[in-house]
Amino acid sequence: MRTKAIIRLAFLGSIVAWMVLVFSDVTVLFSDIKGLQPDVPLWLPRVMLDLFVISLYYYYKYKIEKDEALNFTDLLWKVFATGLVVTVVSLALRLILFLLGDTKLPSNVIFVDIIYQVNLALLISFLLAAYTSWKRLILYQKSKWLIRMWIVFELSLFIVLIYDSVNFMVGEAFSVSLSFALGLLALVLCGNMKWVAYLNFKQKWTSLLLLLLTFFYLGYFFYTVSRQSDFISAQSGAFLDFREHIFNISLFAFVVTYSVFSFLVILFNLPTSSVFEQKLEEVVNFQRISQSIQTEQSEESVYNILLESSVSSVFADAAWLEIDGTNKEHRLFTYQITEKEATDIRDHLRNKNVKGILDQGSDRTRNLSSHLASLKGSRYRSLLAFPIIVKGQTIGTLALLKELPEGFNKEMTRIVSTFSNQAGISIENFRLMEEAFQNERYKEELKIAKNVQKSLLPDRLESDPDFEISAFSESADEVGGDYYDTIRINDHQVALIIADVSGKGTTAAFHMSQMKGIFHSLAQQELDPKEFMVRANQALIFCLERGSFISATYFVINTRTKTILYARAGHCPVLYYSAEANSSGYLKDRGKALGMIKNKDYCNHIETNTLPYLPGDIMVLYTDGITEAKDQKGEEFGNERLAKILCETTDKSPAAIQDYLIRKLYEYSGTEEINDDYTTMIVKFR
Amino acid sequence: MVHIKRLQEDGIDNIVIIGEIDASSSIELDLTIAKSVGEKFTKIVVDCTALEYISSAGLGVFMSYIEEFKDKKISMVIFGMKEKVANTFGILGLADLLHICNTKKEAKTLVNELSV
Repeated sequence: MRTKAIIRLAFLGSIVAWMVLVFSDVTVLFSDIKGLQPDVPLWLPRVMLDLFVISLYYYYKYKIEKDEALNFTDLLWKVFATGLVVTVVSLALRLILFLLGDTKLPSNVIFVDIIYQVNLALLISFLLAAYTSWKRLILYQKSKWLIRMWIVFELSLFIVLIYDSVNFMVGEAFSVSLSFALGLLALVLCGNMKWVAYLNFKQKWTSLLLLLLTFFYLGYFFYTVSRQSDFISAQSGAFLDFREHIFNISLFAFVVTYSVFSFLVILFNLPTSSVFEQKLEEVVNFQRISQSIQTEQSEESVYNILLESSVSSVFADAAWLEIDGTNKEHRLFTYQITEKEATDIRDHLRNKNVKGILDQGSDRTRNLSSHLASLKGSRYRSLLAFPIIVKGQTIGTLALLKELPEGFNKEMTRIVSTFSNQAGISIENFRLMEEAFQNERYKEELKIAKNVQKSLLPDRLESDPDFEISAFSESADEVGGDYYDTIRINDHQVALIIADVSGKGTTAAFHMSQMKGIFHSLAQQELDPKEFMVRANQALIFCLERGSFISATYFVINTRTKTILYARAGHCPVLYYSAEANSSGYLKDRGKALGMIKNKDYCNHIETNTLPYLPGDIMVLYTDGITEAKDQKGEEFGNERLAKILCETTDKSPAAIQDYLIRKLYEYSGTEEINDDYTTMIVKFR
Repeated sequence: MVHIKRLQEDGIDNIVIIGEIDASSSIELDLTIAKSVGEKFTKIVVDCTALEYISSAGLGVFMSYIEEFKDKKISMVIFGMKEKVANTFGILGLADLLHICNTKKEAKTLVNELSV
């Protein structure tokens, strides 16, 4: 609203100023001819002219300069339209003069002066319209210096305008040097033609036409106004020729110079405009390839876009894209070429033993044209091939063909190689995204496996008047393979087991469930621990896959003989606290993990150990997750620390010892997040 | 993270393990040994001087080759294990199933003796 008001106000101001200008000018002229003292001051017409110019300047400033919606051709169109309107008005006046014929009126100085003032006003308004438009074009890609220079130029024009109107002649030399300085500044400013590059071919033609018409208007007005002012000045000495105004001349010269420059630059840019358009298209194609990952659904579309973009960028006559997909499926995308032709060319090159890109074994991009000549029946004479590389592996080849010999230049090679690189990146991203989805799915599955694994651990542990057991198991995000269990064999024997399956994940959980089955079936048979292990090993060697094993320790607590019988199959040594000696230590014995020896030999690698127990003795069973827990510095929790912690709480119940131990463990690792499984089973005798 | 290098000298394939071997990096160790076997090496020496940690899965890799090596008459000697790593081998009882020594020189002598 504000802008509109300013535009209207400026326009109104210019009209009023012009009216006063005409009236005062006519008065001065009339008085001069009649030899009278004019009623109006002599300076009035000049000041009014200034006011007129300034008002019009603001009018166009708000109408053209501030209008963001105008593009380059719109600006030229505005200039052209203004020119058209003012020329039509001026021609209409001519027509009136012509119709008046030989009557006295056309030779009347006053009448001619009015006509002259109208024409001059039209010319100035046209010049200002052009000036404002040129200003926008010059400042299209502005820099700090350019803006400063423009401000200086505009201020100088303003000073010149004032200088003209005060009629204070400093001297001819001053006027000339001022004009010269202004001209120089204008010339430098006229060198800013960056906008031309952004015109497409059609726009350039339009601009040329519009500029040509602008020249016509300028020429016509200059001629008309000059003729009229010559006529008037011949009759009256008080008349001030517009050509003596440095402002008018400067403005006129500036508009003409920039128009000429623009015209020439556009003209000479015409032949290269297709190159610019091509570049622009390349950029757009490039964007399409890189954005395809977000918008498109499949790798297929990336390949299609790559093929299309490459073909259109280098004007290829035919092309194909050969992909060896992730599942080793072979795909061929073609453009203007049959599959047979494509494979023929490929096989031909392969037969020729061309160590180029088409054999997909090398990543070197090569212009393979020379080898095409030897293929009979092919209409193509140029061939350019590129690898498509994903994660350092060549997954496909892009081949471009032309019927012309030597049809590809370096520039084309460069752009297509950029395309194929970008396509590779897009495909890589695409695959990474797919992988991420897959991982999400695996995580879900792992969650289920983890629940299964949890359910394999016993809810309730055996208890006896002779001992008390407490157990704890916490696994990391991944499914662990820690297992513990207890079972009552008879009224005086209880079997205990702690086991750790190598590896993690669902397989570990699966092996753990096998271990549980073995434990529950074998323990019932009142076996000696060694025999238990031998049989368990025999059962497991057919179940465990290559490289997997289970470490376990199996105990039979006999409350009648007050002894513990146990066999350790590669599991972490038992930490035993003797109340009598008030000391703790690890039980050193030998025994190999289950599944390690895949024959009957195993009985030679395992032994049963016997240990009497006394009330107050404590047995700590654990998995390596505990002793291998690391602190911030990467140092392991270790056996000594575990033994020391046990000694600190020997008088407590197993549950309390366990709580204390776990708390110490978390304190040590300094984080709530564990990266292994923590499993302990604590037995306290009484 | 683990970095595994292979160096061949005097007909012996040297496998140098640098870093830690856990469940995921054990695959790399497995691949390296498989490659060596695939290249028909009958003398393999594993350098563990820069091995900081080995998980049960990593031990499983060594274990899994015991039978195969016996069948194919391939001898493998592991040397330079840090105490912590050696302890892991010991607990599982793997230590006396594999040939382990302290220095590279010993390892080379042993591997040559074994393959005779």
